[in-house]
Order: sequence, then structure tokens, then C-alpha cells
Amino acid sequence: MDESNKISLFQGKKGNLIKISSISLEGVMRRRLLDLGFVPGAIVEVIKKSPLGDPIAFRVSQTTIALRKEESMKIEGELVNHE
Amino acid sequence: MNMNELFSEAQAISSPQLRDDIVQQLYSRSRELCDVGVSYTKTKADTRTEKLDAIFTSKIWGFPIMLIMLGVVFYLTIAGANIPSSMLAEFFGWLEGYITSVFQFLHAPDWLHGILVLGLYRGSTWVISVMLPPMAIFFPTFALLENYGYLPRVAFNMDRLFKFVGAHGKQSLTMAMGFGCNAAAVMSSRIIESPRERMLAILTNNFVPCNGRWGILIVLASLFMAANFTGGFKLLVTTGVIVGIVLFGIVVTFFVSWALSKTLLKGVPTHYTLELPPYRRPKFFDTVIRSSLTKSWTVLVRAVKVAAPAAILTWVLANIHIGDTSILLHMVEFLDPFGKMLGLDGYIMLAFILGLPANEIVLPILLMGYLSTGSLTEVDSLVDLKQIFLDHGWTWVTALNVMLFSLLHYPCGTTLVNIYKETKSKKWTFLAFLIPTVLAIVVPFIVYQTAKLLGWV
Amino acid sequence: MNNSYRIALAGNPNTGKSTLFNAFTGLRQHTGNWAGKTVSLAEGTVRHKEKNYQIVDLPGTYSLFSNSVDEEVARNYIVFEKPDITLVVLDATSLERNLNLALQVLEMTKNVIVCINLIDEAEKKGIKINERILTRKLGVPVIKISARNKIGFPMLLDTIDRLVSGKIECNPVQTTYNEEIEEKITTIESKISNLVGNTISSRWLALRLLDGDKALLTEFNRRLVLNDQVRREA
Repeated sequence: MDESNKISLFQGKKGNLIKISSISLEGVMRRRLLDLGFVPGAIVEVIKKSPLGDPIAFRVSQTTIALRKEESMKIEGELVNHE
Repeated sequence: MNMNELFSEAQAISSPQLRDDIVQQLYSRSRELCDVGVSYTKTKADTRTEKLDAIFTSKIWGFPIMLIMLGVVFYLTIAGANIPSSMLAEFFGWLEGYITSVFQFLHAPDWLHGILVLGLYRGSTWVISVMLPPMAIFFPTFALLENYGYLPRVAFNMDRLFKFVGAHGKQSLTMAMGFGCNAAAVMSSRIIESPRERMLAILTNNFVPCNGRWGILIVLASLFMAANFTGGFKLLVTTGVIVGIVLFGIVVTFFVSWALSKTLLKGVPTHYTLELPPYRRPKFFDTVIRSSLTKSWTVLVRAVKVAAPAAILTWVLANIHIGDTSILLHMVEFLDPFGKMLGLDGYIMLAFILGLPANEIVLPILLMGYLSTGSLTEVDSLVDLKQIFLDHGWTWVTALNVMLFSLLHYPCGTTLVNIYKETKSKKWTFLAFLIPTVLAIVVPFIVYQTAKLLGWV
Repeated sequence: MNNSYRIALAGNPNTGKSTLFNAFTGLRQHTGNWAGKTVSLAEGTVRHKEKNYQIVDLPGTYSLFSNSVDEEVARNYIVFEKPDITLVVLDATSLERNLNLALQVLEMTKNVIVCINLIDEAEKKGIKINERILTRKLGVPVIKISARNKIGFPMLLDTIDRLVSGKIECNPVQTTYNEEIEEKITTIESKISNLVGNTISSRWLALRLLDGDKALLTEFNRRLVLNDQVRREA
């Protein structure tokens, strides 16, 4: 995998598509994220930041989910180019 | 072989990776199903939700729109409730006349008429006419905003502030609900999934003044704080004082949330995800009718259930005499030294104690005590009202401390019942009582002693 | 012959599950506290073709892996209270995530109807759903409805009727996991069926045990004790 393409969801810019490769979270939060579709291999779109910069809304498995910085920093993936 | 042994056996061959694999494979099957079963005919996606979000969660417009929405809900509630409230009060007053005639016709003893009509009837109908109209407006309006999908956006906008004190953005919603009714707001804290943040929302909701406390806040602000102003300026000062009180309540909410998440609730697991569903036009009548029926009605029924016995008790205390003074007055005398320490008096303390079932009856009980009428009393003119207070030695500090006590003191009976129902814990319910009570004593105490020290009173 | 049946509504939050519940039951509903948990379930009734249905609105959840009290309550109802039909309500505009829950329900119980809600909204967005393909792939009836505008209700009610009267049968197609997981399932599945017989899906229970679902284990043992007491008293 091209290392330069690897970013966390938190680093994504609006409109970026990121293919999840790893989730470095444990416990209930990890299970909750999995349930919502943040599974390895899923493609996540960065939608927008809240007015105060945190949380950030993401589009995953056809729904919009907001995550805080603490969590979105720990979800990594590969930047997928726009078609 | 029993289930526990099977569990251990399964755990022995399992791996921590298993849950990930299961969910991942469920999701890949979901995707496969969508690939074969769903097709998209339009190339351009529907962007209505994105466009609305660009406004509602905008850096510039997000917060102003929120404040305007809150303002509109308040305005609708207060302005819209006034007329039906006074109509209900008049109706109940008119009915009381007939009920009294029936009692006279039957030659019922005075004490029976006192307990049932002047106590029970007047107390419960008071709560109904003060509570029902605002709730019948507030809750449906709130439900409409909820069903439209706007409320999750408020939580999205506000989350950063709440994260700061260890709370959840959705607490902004339970707080907004608290402006209507703390008891209903405690129930609505279910929207917060994470246990720690939910407990914070439940324990601090009381610091948002509910509908039952607005009345006393508005009256005292305009009578004492804005006394030296006239016309438009008076309204401005009154509003300013109320906003100040509400902001102080929010500061206390944040402070208590922060303190609790650093102490008692430290280490309780927490997780945060917030779904932003698409905006959907709500079914207007369905939403209005359902929320009136479920929320407003159940809250009202519960309030009356607690208010009715309290109304009887109040009447009994005010009308049974030991020596030549009523029990009520004995209690006032007992509480007076303590009240004086906080810049209040025995009547005020007793009104808040007997007002535990519903904040709406605090002011009527207070007037009943001051005028020694023996039954819940309403005063028609604000000037008369102020004179009554002045006759009993009130200053602006007294008024301010009554407002602070009202803002900070223990939750009403209905709210406490709901807190117990939601937490299923006597310990947390007791803390929900204790924390505000301590604050309601400490803050007015400091204010009064400072004012005395500085020679203001 | 008993003419009344229980139907449980399961689904993600924001799928219009409550709208369907309200449309079905009108104002014939009440809230019942169930199993002593803080979560209370709304119950209501509907009558169709001489049959009475008691509808239970389970809490809206993203999954049924007992991550929260809501999920435990919903899961326990489906598995232990055994409703005659579990109706899984899905949002047509975000089927991918919603199907995840449906697939979990298919592992837990046999009589499932998948109800794709908000179909009118989806069509406006240009989303076309072929319910016949989904029915075949899932092995249970898939019905498109709009609870808000009461579209597809006759079809849904008829399917419910035909299912309870045995005219149609559900054969939920199970999700096949990778070889490693399947092997582990096989290892303990037979032991489980020795223990529980046909009362609970042994494949599902095997998966939950492998996943280390302690809450389920506790619930199972609690109910075992309760059943013993009932039997001894009888």
C-alpha cells in the first residue's frame, strides 16, 4: 500500500473518500463503530465539520454519522481518488 | 454439560478478532445484497439534506439559527399559553363557586369544604391551568423539530462545548426540553446511549428553569430588578435579568457536569456516535396529537397526582392551630433563622418545601402565608404584589436570592420520581436531590453575606 | 383455535419504525414495562381477517450484539419471548446498514418479514429496489411499504396472515462466514443443540458464545432458574 495515501478519518478533507484499513479502538466504542458500518474495507466520505470544528460528520454505509476527534483520529484508511 | 461450560469451551477456541470478522462479513453480505437488489436510476443524488445542513450547521448561521429557534419556541409557549391559562383558571374559579354551593346545600362541615375545595380542588386545578397550556404548546413544537430532523443538528453544533466538561452534545437537547419540564427532560435523556453522559444529563437537568419556575422568575425580575426603569427599558432590564439567571444555570450545569465527570463518574465507560438522519417533513397533526397525548398528558397526570395530596396537606397545616397559631406559622418560625442566613425568610423556605410537588405552587403558597388567608392565593395586580413583599421586608437581594434558590434548588417531586425510574438507583436519586440543595443554600448565602458586608442591604 | 398472535417490530433508529407502529395500532396502545429493565416497550393491537395481532415496538438499535440495554431488551424479546413474527423495518434510503440488522435477526429466529419502509422517498431519490431478488436471497418475505403514506399495507397484512396460518414458510438463508469461523461453529453447535434442543437456534447461540456474549449467558441462566421454579411449582 502506498504509505503517503494513508490518513486518519480526522485528517480527511471535505469530500475525501477514505477506505478504512484499521480501527485502533477497543471496547464498546469499537463495537458501536463496527455496527454503524465503520468496518475495514468500507469506504467513508468526509461530509463536514461542526461549526466549532469538532465533531466531524462522515458518510458510511449510506448514513451520516458524526464522530469526535478522539475517535476519528484512531480510524485509519487509504485515500481513494475520485472517479 | 451446562451453558457455562460451553461458554468457556467456546471462549477457548475463539479469538479477539472474531467480532470484527463477523460484522465485516455481515456488512459485505449487505453490500452484495444491495448490489444485486438495488439500482440507482438518477445519476444525480438528492442534495436537499446537504443543502439544509450547509445552513443549519454552518459556521456563521448555525448558532444564530439555534438561538432564534429556541426563542421562537419560548415565545410561542409563553404568548400562546397566556390566554388559555387564564381561561382555564377562570373556568375552574367559576366551577368552584358551584361546588361551594353544593357543599352549602348539603350542610357539609367547613373543614370538609376546606380540605376538598380550598385544598384539593384549588391546588390541583391551579397546577392544571398553569401547566397544561404551555406544555400543550411546548412539547408538540419540540416534537415537530425532532421529527423534522433538526434536533440532531443542534447536538452536532453544540457537542464541542459539552465535550469540554465530559458531557454529550445531546445534553443540549435534554436541557432545551428542561425549559418546558424537567420531569419530561429526565425521561428524554434516554436519547443519550452512553451511561456516563446520560447520568450527567439527568443529574444536572434541574439547573435549567422549567415552565413552573418561569413565572416566579419573571415576576420578581420585573418587580425588583427593573424597578427603577420604565417603559421599553424596563422590559429590557427584566429580560436581561432572566437571561442572566438562565446563563448562570447553564454555567452551573457545566460546572457540575465537569465536577461529576472528574469525580463520581470518573472512569465510567463512554462512547460517542451521533447519527444525522435526513430531513423529513413531519406528519403535522399526527405529531401534534401524539406528543400532546403522550408527553403533556402523562406529565400533567403525574403532576396532579403529587400536587393533590400536597394541596390538602398545605390547607391542613394552614388551618389547624396549636395554641393560637397555625401549624404553618409554627413551621415558619422554626425555619425563619435559617432563611434569614440566606437573605430569605421562614415563609419563603416553607413555600419551597411545601412546593416540592410542583414549582407552580411555590408563589401561591408564599402569598397564602404572607396574607394568612389559609388557602392558595392569587394577587391580581403586580403593584399589590410588590407591596406585600415590601411589607415583609424584601429588598432586591431577597428577590435575587429567591430567584437563585428557585433556579438551583432540588428537583420537583415528579422529576425525582422520574430520576429514580430512569436510574433505578436510590443513591443517584439522592444525589440528584443533594447537589442542587447544597448549591441552593451556598450560593444565596454567599450573595447575601457579600451584600451585607458591602453595605448594600 | 387461538386467534391472537404477537408481532415484534425491530429496526434501526430513524427508520420510521414508530410511524409503522402508530399507523398499525392507531391509539390502541400502551406502554408496558418489560422484564424489569428501564426500557419500556410500547404495545398495541391490530385486527386483520378475524385475527388479533399484538404488536410490540422494540427499541430502535443498530445491532443486536448486546452492546447496550436497548439491544439486550430487543434481543431478549426476539429470542426468549418468541414472537410469532419478527418484523424487521428497514430504511429504503440506507439499505446497506439496515440489512446488517436484518441479517442478524435472520440468525436468531425463523419467522421474519423484512419490511422496506420509506419506499416513496427512495423512489424520489432514484433508488429502485427489487424485492423479489431480496426475498430469494434472504429466504423470507420482503415487502416494500411507506408507513407514512400507508402504501403497501394490504400486502404486508396479507403476508402476515399467510405466514401465521402456515400458507407460506420462512427459510432464512444464513450468512456463511469464513472457514475458520464456520469450523468453530460446527465444533460447538452440536453440543448446544443437545442442551437447548429446538428452542433456540443453535447456530446463533454458537456464534454468540464464540463472541463471548456474557450478558446473554447471564440472561440464559436467569431464565433457566425461572423455568425450573415454574416447573417445580406446577
